[in-house]
Formats: sequence, C-alpha cells, structure tokens
Amino acid sequence: MNNSFIQIHEISKHFGSVRAVDNVSFQIHEGEFFSLLGPSGCGKTTLLRLLAGFEFPTNGKLLLDGIDITSLPPDKRPTNMVFQNYAIFPHINVEKNIQFGLRKLGLSKEEIEKRVKDVLSLVKLEGYEERFSSQLSGGQRQRVALARALVRQPKVLLLDEPLGALDKKLRDEMQLELRSLQKEIGITFVFVTHDQQEAISMSDRVAVMSEGKIQQLSAPNELYKNPQNIFVSDFIGETNFLKASTKAQDGEHINVSIENLGEFKIKNNLNISENSFDVVCSIRPEAMKIDTVKSDWDICLEGKIRQTSYLGEMTKFYVETKELEKIITVSSQHFDNQSFKNNDCFISISLEDISLLNKK
Amino acid sequence: MLNPLKSIYAKSEPARAYSLLSPALILVTLVMLIPLTLMLSFSFFTQTSFTEIDYSFTVQRYIDFFQKNLLVSLLIKSIKISFLVTLITLLTAYPVCYYIAFYVKKNKMLWLVLLTLPFWTSYLLRVFSWKIILGTKGVINSSLINVGLLNEPLTFLMYSETAVIITLTHAWAAFALLPLYVSLDKIDFSLIEAGRDLGLSRFEVFWKITLPLSLPGIIGAILIIFIPTVGDYVTPALLGGTDGRMLSNMIQGYFGKINNIPLGAASATIMLFTVAIVTMAVSYSTKKLSQRMS
Repeated sequence: MNNSFIQIHEISKHFGSVRAVDNVSFQIHEGEFFSLLGPSGCGKTTLLRLLAGFEFPTNGKLLLDGIDITSLPPDKRPTNMVFQNYAIFPHINVEKNIQFGLRKLGLSKEEIEKRVKDVLSLVKLEGYEERFSSQLSGGQRQRVALARALVRQPKVLLLDEPLGALDKKLRDEMQLELRSLQKEIGITFVFVTHDQQEAISMSDRVAVMSEGKIQQLSAPNELYKNPQNIFVSDFIGETNFLKASTKAQDGEHINVSIENLGEFKIKNNLNISENSFDVVCSIRPEAMKIDTVKSDWDICLEGKIRQTSYLGEMTKFYVETKELEKIITVSSQHFDNQSFKNNDCFISISLEDISLLNKK
Repeated sequence: MLNPLKSIYAKSEPARAYSLLSPALILVTLVMLIPLTLMLSFSFFTQTSFTEIDYSFTVQRYIDFFQKNLLVSLLIKSIKISFLVTLITLLTAYPVCYYIAFYVKKNKMLWLVLLTLPFWTSYLLRVFSWKIILGTKGVINSSLINVGLLNEPLTFLMYSETAVIITLTHAWAAFALLPLYVSLDKIDFSLIEAGRDLGLSRFEVFWKITLPLSLPGIIGAILIIFIPTVGDYVTPALLGGTDGRMLSNMIQGYFGKINNIPLGAASATIMLFTVAIVTMAVSYSTKKLSQRMS
C-alpha cells in the first residue's frame, strides 16, 4: 500500500479575505476510506473541490500517485465525484448518465456495455436503465451518481456529503453499503461529512477540520478516546469540560487542580511538564455514574437534576451540583424522572476517565 | 341556511373557476374572438367597388394572394427578416444570460433591470432614436465622415432591410433575455461540474448539457421574438423604405388607402397560419435536435 497516495502539501485556498483552507498538509493512503469531518464552513468541501479540480489552490501542491495535479482541470484528473445533490443529468436516462463519462475513454462498444452492466449490478440498479432522474427515489439517485463515478474506474472517489439528503434509516443502510462497496473495489474514498457519527462509523481515518485547518487526523477510536483539543472533543460526541491548572508532575501522572473540585492526580496524556499551566479536563457523559445513593468512586458529588431527555436506549440528565454549574450524564439503567426524590442525585466520577485537553 | 346560488358556488369547482376566468374570457371574446371571426369572414368576401362589398362566399382572395408575386415575396421577406432578427437576438442575448446566470454572484436582479432599462421608454421613441443613429446625417454616418473613414454616407443603413433588422433586434432583445435567463439560471451548476468531472471539455459540456437543458428558454425566446416581429409594421413603415417593407405594411394598405378589405383579411389570415406553422416547426425541430444531441 502506498501511504502517500494523495499528498496535500501546504495547501491554502483564499476567497477574498476568507481563508477557506489554511496551509494544510497531510497524506491519504491508497485504498483507504478517508473522511473530512467538520462543521459547515470549516473548509472540508473546499478541500474536496481542490482535489476534484473545481477550485485551484492559492498556495501549495497536490500530488496524486506521484503526479502533480495541482493545476490539472477536472477532466484531466483520475478522480471522480459523487455530488451532494447527485447532479444526475435530467435530460438523459440512467444508462446514458452512466455512459456519459465513458465517451472520452476510447473504449469499444462491447467494453462500454459490459462496464455499464457491471456497475449497475454493483450498485443494485439493474432494470433501471431507462428511468430518468425524476422517476427515481433519493436513494436510487444516489446509486446512479455512485455508478456514474465508479464506471470510469477512478483512482480516487470523492464524495461530498452524499448521504445528507437521505432519511435516517436509508442513511444507515447506505453507510454500511458504501463501506462494503469500498472494501470490495478497493478504490480510495475521500468522504466529506458534517456528521461525526457517519465519519466515525465508516472511515479508516478521519481528519477533523475547523476554520480551514486540520484539528486532528487519526483513526475514529483515537478521535473519541484521545481528542487533542477542545474542538475535537466537543465535536466528536458530547463531553463535560472542567477548567483546571497543572501542579506537580509525577512520571506518567500529574497533579491537577480542578476548579471548585480540588486537587487530583490524573494521567498526563498531554506530557505537560510546567506548573500552573491552564488546561481543560474532559469527562464523557457515559463515563460518569448517576445514582440515588452515594458511591465510593474517586469523586462523588451531590446534585440536582435540572432536566432530563429520554432517548429510548438511554436517558440523558442535566445535573447541577454545588461545585459545578452543569453536568451532562447519561444512564442506560431504568432511571427516569420519578426515580429521583426531589431530583436529588449523586454523580460519581473515576479519575482514570478524566483526560486533559489543550486550552485552545 | 345558505341561499341556493351560494351553495352551488361553494360545491362546484368549475363554477368558481369560470367566475374567476370570466373577466378575461369576456375581454378575449370581445377583442380577440369576434374580430378574428370577422376577419376570417371578410377574407371570403369580394370588394366590388370602393365602398361596396359582395358578401357571397368565395375563396378567390386566397387564390389572388398566391397569384400576386408581390404579396408572396413580401410574406417570404417578412419571415426572412423575423428569422434574422430572432437569430441575431439569440446569439447576442444567450451569452449575456449565460454570464448573468453562472458568473454573476450578487445583484443578478440589478443586471437584468439594467439590461431591460432601455425598454422602459416607448417602442416608438426607440424606433425614432434608431432613425437618428442610422440616418444619412445620423450619428454613425456623420462620425465616420468626420473621422475621415468615409467620403459619402452609407446608404444601406437607413430605409433598408438592415435598418429594420437592427431596430427590431434591439426592440425585442429584452423579451428574449428573460426566458433565456430563467432557463439558464435553473440549471444546477453542479451538473456542469459533473460534466467536467466525467471527462468532458468546457465546449463539450456546453453542447451536451447546458444547451439541451436551456432549450425551453431558447424555444420560448424564438417564439416570443418571431411571432410579434413577423407582423410588425411600425418599424418597416418608419425605417424600412421600399427595401425593408414587410407584408404587414401591405395589409395595412389593404385596410386603408388601397381599400380592399377582403384581400387584406385573406393576407392576414395567411400570415396567421404561416406563423403558426413556422412556430410549430421550430419547437418540433429543436426538440428533435436536442434528443439527437444527447
């Protein structure tokens, strides 16, 4: 496997005074499912469009399989795109849509027919050749867009939030299907999404973007377990932030003074060596325990439930304690509004579930 | 208890529809249907003297029309002038609309308003302005002579077919802009990007995607320009001279000075059908063409 299949080298894209992509460098491996994740306006789509050739970078270089593609127009790049709104040509039928990209490849008539047939069976759309875009459902259009891009056998498939317009159930199905499809054909996928769950569940690696910069690039489980800063921690899942500052350091551990809670010895995952360094402690809601009685955990706080939201498989509690204004915790036990007398509860935290984040 | 009329009205959708349509229906009947029927009837009569008409049925007027070379050639000329006007308008308006639809990001409406600004003055005033521009001592000729590029004024500019074509093109351009703009603006730009992504050059994308998708606008523009210009008589009367005269000027003559109302009516009817046939042919062939293109 080529680990520097796509090289994004000091790429910037400015629109007027806006830095949509701001000096970004990273590499995408051959055959991986790579996601660009971030809120709207973070530059992920611009980066994808730079890869497709619809935009050209203000600065920097793009290499694909060792070839400089920085200034190649889209029709000269070995990439194909699945558009957010699918962009299926409305004036021609499904078969012609799929054949569209094969015109310029100089294939024989038999080869074209074979490829169209194969790709239609790959995306499970046999029998839909004569349909027009207006006669297809959202999911079917998505498959046509996928087939149209894949039939050209690109080196890289670019996907711009392709599941955004589908309903939840169909989206979950398509996530699994896309993932297995990618495994089957082995093409490198670059997938843009704002949905963290989607990115985490499908990708080999995820680049979290914000304000034109990569905040963290790692495997999905790393993103969740070891977020490198507040933005990533907040964006991937939900978490509680506690202000803190560092005290004495002791090997793998460090003494931290957490605001209103006191001093604790926790894992020094940031390798901080200074004293009085401002950091943020993060505790995931599911790492805490909510109960009607006191526990013997490292930290146990008495609090009042201010709000609950029932999520089916679990209940989310918004709790206020003497020490902390707002704590979010979840419980999969059969606690509900009635379980807690006067909304009184106890929140328990284990020190090993506290992770340090850079204050940035 | 509702009164019976009210309850019929509440229950019957056609009753409500017709009552909403009635002002327009009455107007159309009075100013279109009756005059057209009268015109059609008169085309089957005979003008016996300056004041008298023989009301017995005959198709002789239609035979007369096709036996008079002048009338047939004027009909052909009318179609030719309109065709050229339509073509020139399309070729000039299409790129402008393309630009506004795809490249203007802000204030698209302002662009459209500015483009249609000249059309806020009356049609007649604009025709007269062209007289000032194209005339023998007009803006173009006098400037060219003053600069020394010409010794004598260009005579083909004024009182000619050229003058009629230029004036009509300018007069109707705004009406072509709107349908063209609407059809181009409706095209999702990602379709064009998809075309490029699938390996087509800019030019190929235009032929295979943009042009076929803007066809409804093109047909609309063709019809909106062709139909009124075929029958235009103000511009040829004022700027056409003898060279630029069109069939409508002759029809005007038959109803006026020449006073042969039946022949005028027959000419008008023939023109009506010619326009109908031409427009049908245009829409049909453009549709066929687009199917073949894609």
